[in-house]
Amino acid sequence: MELTGAQIFIESLKKEGVTHLFGYPGGAVLYIYDAIYQQDDVQHVLTRHEQGAVHAAEGYAKANNKPGVAIVTSGPGATNAVTGIADAYMDSIPLVVFTGQVPKELIGNDAFQEVDTVGITRPCTKHNFLVEDVKDLANTIKKAFYIATTGRPGPVVVDIPKDVSNEKTEFVYPEKVEMRSYKPSIKGNPRQIKAAVDALLAARKPIFYTGGGVILGQGSDELTELVRKTGFPITQTLMGLGAFPMSDPQSLAMLGMHGTYEANMAMHKSDLVIAIGSRFDDRVTGNIDKFCPDAKIIHVDIDPSSISKNVKVDVPIVGQVKPVLAAILAELDQRDATFPAENIENWWKQINEWRKTDCLNFDNPGDVIKPQYVLQQLHKITSGDAYVTSDVGQHQMWAAQYYNFDKPNRWINSGGLGTMGFGLPAAMGAQLAYPDSTVACVTGEASIQMCIQELATCKQYKLPIKVVLLNNGFMGMVRQWQEFFYEGRYSMSYFDSLPDFVMLAESFGHVGMMIDKHADVDAAMKEAFDRKDDLVFMDFRTDPEENVYPMIPAGGGQSEMILV
Amino acid sequence: MRHVISILLENESGALSRVAGLFSARAYNIESLSVAPTVDPTVSRMTLVTRGDDHIIEQIIKQLNKLVSVVKLQELTPVDHIEREMVLIKAEVNDKTRDHVRMMTDIFKASILSVSPSHFVIEMTGERRKSQEFIDALAPAVVVEIVRSGSQGMSLSDKPLRSN
Repeated sequence: MELTGAQIFIESLKKEGVTHLFGYPGGAVLYIYDAIYQQDDVQHVLTRHEQGAVHAAEGYAKANNKPGVAIVTSGPGATNAVTGIADAYMDSIPLVVFTGQVPKELIGNDAFQEVDTVGITRPCTKHNFLVEDVKDLANTIKKAFYIATTGRPGPVVVDIPKDVSNEKTEFVYPEKVEMRSYKPSIKGNPRQIKAAVDALLAARKPIFYTGGGVILGQGSDELTELVRKTGFPITQTLMGLGAFPMSDPQSLAMLGMHGTYEANMAMHKSDLVIAIGSRFDDRVTGNIDKFCPDAKIIHVDIDPSSISKNVKVDVPIVGQVKPVLAAILAELDQRDATFPAENIENWWKQINEWRKTDCLNFDNPGDVIKPQYVLQQLHKITSGDAYVTSDVGQHQMWAAQYYNFDKPNRWINSGGLGTMGFGLPAAMGAQLAYPDSTVACVTGEASIQMCIQELATCKQYKLPIKVVLLNNGFMGMVRQWQEFFYEGRYSMSYFDSLPDFVMLAESFGHVGMMIDKHADVDAAMKEAFDRKDDLVFMDFRTDPEENVYPMIPAGGGQSEMILV
Repeated sequence: MRHVISILLENESGALSRVAGLFSARAYNIESLSVAPTVDPTVSRMTLVTRGDDHIIEQIIKQLNKLVSVVKLQELTPVDHIEREMVLIKAEVNDKTRDHVRMMTDIFKASILSVSPSHFVIEMTGERRKSQEFIDALAPAVVVEIVRSGSQGMSLSDKPLRSN
């Protein structure tokens, strides 16, 4: 049967099992919105800004390991979506973003709401397409989902001119896709796997350093088995938290600029670093010349270009985390390999010495609310099982340090791009993916204002997100850097006017709470989380001058931490 | 160090800008780049000349391979290969320099494509070094315009670089 491009769009999404489509209509996508209107299989979620639509799709994808899907119109619709697309590119989130385009014959004419979407998004997508013929549409959508979800995941943009969405053709959705120019590796090279096992068995001061790739590659079970089997310590990156339970004694928590003392010291002094799905980002390595001077490095990554990009690797393994870890475990089994505790006894002794620094310790003096305390209580009241999203800044680091993620996919934040405004829409995506789960958005009073309009979306779709605002009256991380490195000249890092967040939340139809005393935190949180069906916006007035510690100043080595 | 890379690209709109954009986004340098369709009309072949240390070249190769539009690539520098460049030169000549230019054109096996009372247009094909020597040798005639094709490269191996 012949279908229009718009109908093919819907039928293709159904074939891909898409349940939620985040978007915002406009002129160039009106045929598609007409087709959306006439069906019930794919739920369209109307956000209040295209950036929100893409972040919501990211949150959805991060929570449940399925691709996020968004649709926006041409011109400003597409440019508003770019921040979300770039965010997904940096954090390797599988997204398919559809953008409307002006009709084919107007392309290049500076038509109303025309931008070169393919040109603009080229450097921040894994791949992008302009569909020039309706006959190519189904095939292109199939390719887009395939590229977005395989290999190192990432966003794919499909730009659809308005006339293409109204032209008709026979609808045939391809069963599978073959691309001669795109064949991601899956299994690691067996010789390198043997070399990795040799290195594991020989190590005396080893450490696992794992990242977001373990979560994206759904390799948590294999990772946990390998870490337990070896008895080695493990540190996880900001993007990888929860792939291995952080409450486990083998976990040294997060590493990097705001990582723990024990994690960074253990990396620095190790003789073997087992990097899995992590990418030696500058926030992790600090000064690259001082990074892990004595360590041999194993690096498992699906993206060959990640390997030896920043740090020279001794045992490179290109492949998917899950099968590679399974192969390492199988090789260990085959050799009947054991890891005698005495091999690393001295190493653990040393690590436990570093742990005594208790670098995340903090006091609760008097009435003032410490942000760290709020996050500890958030963990307690949600039994550590909530989906926690965050924006970007101090609150993000505190959430990473104090929530103690024990499960994968629970921690959803903007790591690579560092996008303020990510948290609330991402929480919407997570809540839609898991309607019965607790979703909390940890945010700051600066970040939340960047996508605050999405509170209306939360009302429309009855999303009972718990917003945990750590309101210190400053752009906290900017202020912290200005205090440390700019002699306390707080240039533009505070607002002379802030909204009354309680009234603001109420004006959107939600429940607002303001808490400004330490003694009131627990009760307020209990009340908020007891309201299962409501979005509760908690405005915690926290210590305005609290800093995130430990901290490796930019350019410092791993062992050069500021502790308090 | 100078590196020559042959790339087979999907022959589709935007493929060239994906390669060019990768180089500018990651601050790699392009010394020359030439591209045209091949016997297989679905594929274009590009010869790209770049400079960098081993680490940068390794990254360039990996990043190029990561582009969905890149079908296959081959680094020519480490293998036996030939490299050619075509140069068109417009030289201003007069009674004193005309014979000199003709003689140099013979010596370098270049050819004169167009003659006017005051100018020659000369075609020269060869290795980069040879074309540079030729240009230098034309003095005292004045070279007023020059256009180079950029390097074209091919390995001498019996195994062809093909898309399938």
